[in-house]
Amino acid sequence: MATDFTWMIGGPQGSGVETAANIFSQVFSKMGYQIFGKREYYSNIKGEHSYFAVRISDEKIRSSVKGTNMLIAFDAETIFRHADDVLENGIVIYDSTLENMRVSDVITFENDFKNRLENLLKSKNKEVTVKGMLDLASENGVKVHSVSFRSLLTELSEKLENPRIKNMNRMFNVLGVSLSLGLLMIPFEKLTESINSIFSKKKSIAEINVSAANFAYNYAAAKFEHNNLKFETKDVQDNTILVQGYYGTSIGKIIAGCRFQSYYPITPATDESNFLETNEILEINEDRPGSTLVVQTEDEISAIGMAIGSSLTGVRSATCTSGPGFALMTECLSWAGINEVPVVITFYQRSGPSTGLPTRHGQDDLLCAINSGVGEFPRIVYASGNVSDSFYDTTQVFNYADIFQVPVIHMLDKFIASSVTTCERFDETKVNIDRGKLLVEIPSDNYNRFAYTEDGISPRSKLGLENGIFWNTGDESDVQGHISEDPVNRVEKMDKRQSRLDYILEKIPEYEQIVQHSEGDFCIVSWGSTQGPILDAVDMLKNDGIDIGFIEIKLLHPFPKEVLKKSLSNSKTIINVEANYNGQLGSLIRQNLEKDPDYYILKFTGRPMTCTELYDTLKKIVNNNAQKREVLTYGA
Amino acid sequence: MVLKVGDFKTDVHNDWCPGCGDFGIVNAIQMALAEMKIPRHQSAIFSGIGCSGKTSHFINVFGIHTLHGRVLTFAQGAKIANPNLEIIAVGGDGDGLGIGAGHFVAAGRRNVDMTYIIFDNAVYGLTKGQASPTLKLGEKTKSLPTPNTNYNVNPIGLAIASGFTFAARGYSYDVRQLKDLIVAAVNHKGLAFLDVLQPCPTYNDINTRDWFSGEDRIDETTKKPMPRIYKLEDTDYDPVVHFSDETELNQKKTQAIVKSLEWDSKIPTGIFYKNELITPFTRRLTDKIPNYLENPSALQKISRDGKSITNIDKILDSLDV
Repeated sequence: MATDFTWMIGGPQGSGVETAANIFSQVFSKMGYQIFGKREYYSNIKGEHSYFAVRISDEKIRSSVKGTNMLIAFDAETIFRHADDVLENGIVIYDSTLENMRVSDVITFENDFKNRLENLLKSKNKEVTVKGMLDLASENGVKVHSVSFRSLLTELSEKLENPRIKNMNRMFNVLGVSLSLGLLMIPFEKLTESINSIFSKKKSIAEINVSAANFAYNYAAAKFEHNNLKFETKDVQDNTILVQGYYGTSIGKIIAGCRFQSYYPITPATDESNFLETNEILEINEDRPGSTLVVQTEDEISAIGMAIGSSLTGVRSATCTSGPGFALMTECLSWAGINEVPVVITFYQRSGPSTGLPTRHGQDDLLCAINSGVGEFPRIVYASGNVSDSFYDTTQVFNYADIFQVPVIHMLDKFIASSVTTCERFDETKVNIDRGKLLVEIPSDNYNRFAYTEDGISPRSKLGLENGIFWNTGDESDVQGHISEDPVNRVEKMDKRQSRLDYILEKIPEYEQIVQHSEGDFCIVSWGSTQGPILDAVDMLKNDGIDIGFIEIKLLHPFPKEVLKKSLSNSKTIINVEANYNGQLGSLIRQNLEKDPDYYILKFTGRPMTCTELYDTLKKIVNNNAQKREVLTYGA
Repeated sequence: MVLKVGDFKTDVHNDWCPGCGDFGIVNAIQMALAEMKIPRHQSAIFSGIGCSGKTSHFINVFGIHTLHGRVLTFAQGAKIANPNLEIIAVGGDGDGLGIGAGHFVAAGRRNVDMTYIIFDNAVYGLTKGQASPTLKLGEKTKSLPTPNTNYNVNPIGLAIASGFTFAARGYSYDVRQLKDLIVAAVNHKGLAFLDVLQPCPTYNDINTRDWFSGEDRIDETTKKPMPRIYKLEDTDYDPVVHFSDETELNQKKTQAIVKSLEWDSKIPTGIFYKNELITPFTRRLTDKIPNYLENPSALQKISRDGKSITNIDKILDSLDV
């Protein structure tokens, strides 16, 4: 029987939930398991509820599932929010001192949630306390282990004769993860190894955490009643890496030769810029060190303005943002469009409208990315479906920008940004760099930046290049780049720019435009990070003997109408899956294929789709008892 | 090849109103570039939107006509990516101190080594004369329906408060002084700000050329007009911060701000403040990227035969399970 186990730890923001989950993920990845972790948190610095769910399996996994097998809680809120989500035969390890906490004691609950929770407990004739909640879990067949985290610290403090440890509540996270690993009888050295690697820069902190881990691990191994769960150590597959979601675009930018990134802080995009700045000095083969200049600007307008300015000097340049930031960039985007400036905007979506759910997932900016800006100009909108794809796609979007001389918007989202997964080591040999018609020298002084050519793309000079002087303007301009309001020139220039959309569709290989993952009478059409849950759900259905097709659209603008039409020709039923309210890709399909998808599976709670709920819904569709529009809501 | 002023002129038709102060500024920029002998391909004019925004089309160096209020963002990006470029950004006072005020302040904090010239005429000319940020409270220029209800911004004072390390004022009808000020601004190591008083003959009927030259103030004894404008270099005013000392710095900043408040009867031009003891942004970057100035972004090679030459092995090794 294949292992498929979901472990969750929750706690107030700032209590080290993420560190605990990173330790857990490292331990299991070192034991040869596949990892898929996701982080959920409020827009808050300290105190609000955050949690991390890590799914482990011995088979390839790409998403989360419904339900938890093991829950670690050192605060009441985690129990109230998640205990009813623990599956039959699952386990809860919680802090026994919380037992009598009441729902009303948790000040961070939204009123709506509080009412729902109280109603739930009352309807089941349970106390509105942690105990009531745990009783409910027990009734569901969950094994509950209680331990006082405080007493553990006190005992450890006495054992190590270090009185300070007694009050180190910030070690609750390490105690929690160690208790679970002790109960699961995971080899302790894997835990030590992970802690040492995570705290590698702080030796003394690593040491104290290893002591605490050892203590909690032994406590659980000795005191908790054992279960029949077994996790054998396997050989780690060659070339496996454990990555945070935003590493794909970050490392992709480094190898693609992006040497300038300007940004304004915004969740969930900032991590990427931070990574680039942390790794700003670059090792270059057979050359002196290079560097990525990372500039934090005063706002997103400046971020895109600077990136365009940098691009004019011939540098591969980018900015990274989220919806509200992108909204501010659109005037400059139009400027890059009319001036045919290659620039990459890495767009980590979150859930809108406006500030919306600022730390939650969403795919509701697709039409915004395609349509916003002043007037009509060519751009590319390209989406990645997972971390590994995002690495290769990042190297490719810089090529697109250079070859087609257009701004490229690379779509990702919070689900990808804050997931942690094992994947195959990124392969540098697959990365190609094509700078298109960027000139390195110009022999004589009769250069025209916007000269007409057969393919509509002009040789590109850069600031500083001798004989390559040009002008740019946000006004319509002539071949040199000087303002022109002449109607004939206007038509020629519009044709020159807009014909590029057809040229892009002609030049980008079909397999880079859409990916046909599988074929079937029923065919899912989707884009971006829904790829993971869809692939997992399709696999689950395959086990049931049902073949479902899945087409992932990567090139969203210009829309690969013909390729999609061809790919869909053998499918009878089209199912549109997206994390937004309106089915934005669905509207593109209606517009381009003059065909309304038969079903829409949508989710807009700000929580990513699980493969389980997708599986359930697809099954309903196959069994012909689904609504045209199915809305998914799972997740706390 | 010896560069002459003519080499810096394009043949683009200039559609500014007859008598516009902008002509003097363009001439002064062209004269300054010729005097400094900067090769044409090594300099770039970045401009904002409005009448002044067209400036980049009239000068025969790289010309980047950007967006309203955003000129400093584009210009800084280019300069940081390629610090070997000589960059002059230009724009109107509405562009730089109204819609672009946030960028103005942030640019001061960075102190990128380049020049920013504001064409300051107190009106939005191209949109037909609305009040701009430097128009005084209660003044009613020709096309305003009612007197201006906003207090004016003080460009020199704001520049100094924001961290610009060079602040000067020119007058567009004194092209020779203006040319000298542009040369000084370009040669300054840091972000140089130049506020140029530039009468708009069409919409500003208050601060006109005659007003600046004092045609309304006839000296009773000489029977000659008493000009409002005077030059700081003709006084014993010393704008330079000579040493890194708080008292010195505060004194030079305060005297500049106080001086910049003079208006109406006497209006100073010249250099108000100059401080080369603050490191420019491009120099600051070498603290974290030691070879930045020798090998900035624009000079870096990124590929050989279509393959990346960036080595990411160490990063990937650190992620190995």
